[in-house]
Amino acid sequence: MQTTQKAQQEYDKMVKKASPNSPIFTNCLKAFVSGGLICAGGQLLLNLFLDRNFTENEAALCVSITLIGISAVLTALGLYEKLGKFCGAGTIVPITGFANSVVSPAIEFKKEGMVFGMAAKMFLVAGPVIVYGTLTSMLVGLIYFLIGR
Amino acid sequence: MGKKIGKQTVRLSKGVPILSTAATVGPKEAEGPLGAYFDKKVEDALFGQDTWEQAESFFVQENMALAVQKAGLKMKDMDYILCGDLLNQCTGSCFGIKNFEIPYFGLFGACSTMGEAMSLGAMLIDGGFAGHVLTGASSHFCAAEKQFRFPLPLGTQRPPTSTWTVTGDGAAVLAGKGEGPKIVEITTGKIVDMGVTDANNMGAAMAPAAAALLLAHFEDTGRMPQDYDVIATGDLGTIGRELVVELLSKEGYEMDSRFTDCGIEIFDAEKQDTHAGGSGCACSAVTFCGYFYPKLKTGEIGRMLFIPTGALMSPTSSQQGQPIPGIAHGLVIEGCGKGAAK
Repeated sequence: MQTTQKAQQEYDKMVKKASPNSPIFTNCLKAFVSGGLICAGGQLLLNLFLDRNFTENEAALCVSITLIGISAVLTALGLYEKLGKFCGAGTIVPITGFANSVVSPAIEFKKEGMVFGMAAKMFLVAGPVIVYGTLTSMLVGLIYFLIGR
Repeated sequence: MGKKIGKQTVRLSKGVPILSTAATVGPKEAEGPLGAYFDKKVEDALFGQDTWEQAESFFVQENMALAVQKAGLKMKDMDYILCGDLLNQCTGSCFGIKNFEIPYFGLFGACSTMGEAMSLGAMLIDGGFAGHVLTGASSHFCAAEKQFRFPLPLGTQRPPTSTWTVTGDGAAVLAGKGEGPKIVEITTGKIVDMGVTDANNMGAAMAPAAAALLLAHFEDTGRMPQDYDVIATGDLGTIGRELVVELLSKEGYEMDSRFTDCGIEIFDAEKQDTHAGGSGCACSAVTFCGYFYPKLKTGEIGRMLFIPTGALMSPTSSQQGQPIPGIAHGLVIEGCGKGAAK
């Protein structure tokens, strides 16, 4: 079997031809509908909290807490992975996906102990989001400070 | 070097019989098309243990003991145990067999481990170093996902090229004498790196190694694909198999329906949502031990070329952008009865 660069390039073409792509259109559609439903649910919750005389800030906080709570419970029950398989980005992008990404390694690595397992591995998936999320918000803040005011 | 034929193949002076095999699998495998063929089906993937890793070791322990029992032997009759798995430092195997108190060689050939174990076991026996060798390989879907991908409860989508790690253990007892399908030739694979970096397309990463092994085997033995009743690779899946057919066709060998893959056989890709097929050390191990071995024993299969395939990577090598080299190990096994040894 030749493994020259030319052979590798030719093989790469064969692989691309033989490998089916992910069904992007249906995946996008499912993500759009499911993600939209979660956000609509969030809006519904927000209205409920506002009706109960919470201030806007408090109500928004309560919505986040409720969605995170629901997502964490669904993850613990093993239901979120089934949802995620169907919805894809629809359940990853909203705050529920973030909760799932923190709870799932916490459950999976609990067997390695509460310190080096659960606590240390808890941000395995969410860690990069926090790091780059914080960095990006700092960068945006800086730009706003310099030119936006 | 009287036993060596060609560059990569050896012919054993007399065939090494496989006295017995045993296959223990998890629930998903039991529900698959080969479910009826497995010796033991475990309903709970934890197998009564606390962790996935301990469960894998328990699969090893229970199934290895079962294989020895099926051969009508005692564990103390074994001269060596050769086995391996996918977990870091092969703990699945060593924790599984530690209480057997039998000399042990731990092996790593990724998912080709069953081929490596049976090859080396047969050589040990043919060389006169052992009377009985217990060989095996194991993997566990949950333990493999945890080590190689993401935590299980994480809601993600798997690409269509991905494969599903088989949960279970396959074990075979090889002997210097006795009745059973015989290992007659061994073609040992070389590492083949075609620069595939997609860890979600293992079939494509391993296909060149399987094709290279087949080419070397045909060249060394002078045989053609049609000289075998069954040619079964380990865990290439549908995409990998297609690529092997194409690669061999370019070299002038036409593979037909007698060429299959354990990863295609073990799951119903449509119903079980396993995408490209099954994978993992246990994929080839349980499919051979549970499904093909009885057919060799009855003579339904006269001559088989069994080729477990492996992707030699780690999460670290993968994250560092290294390609995924493949390997494959081939064994010619002749069945009992009139179909045998043409």
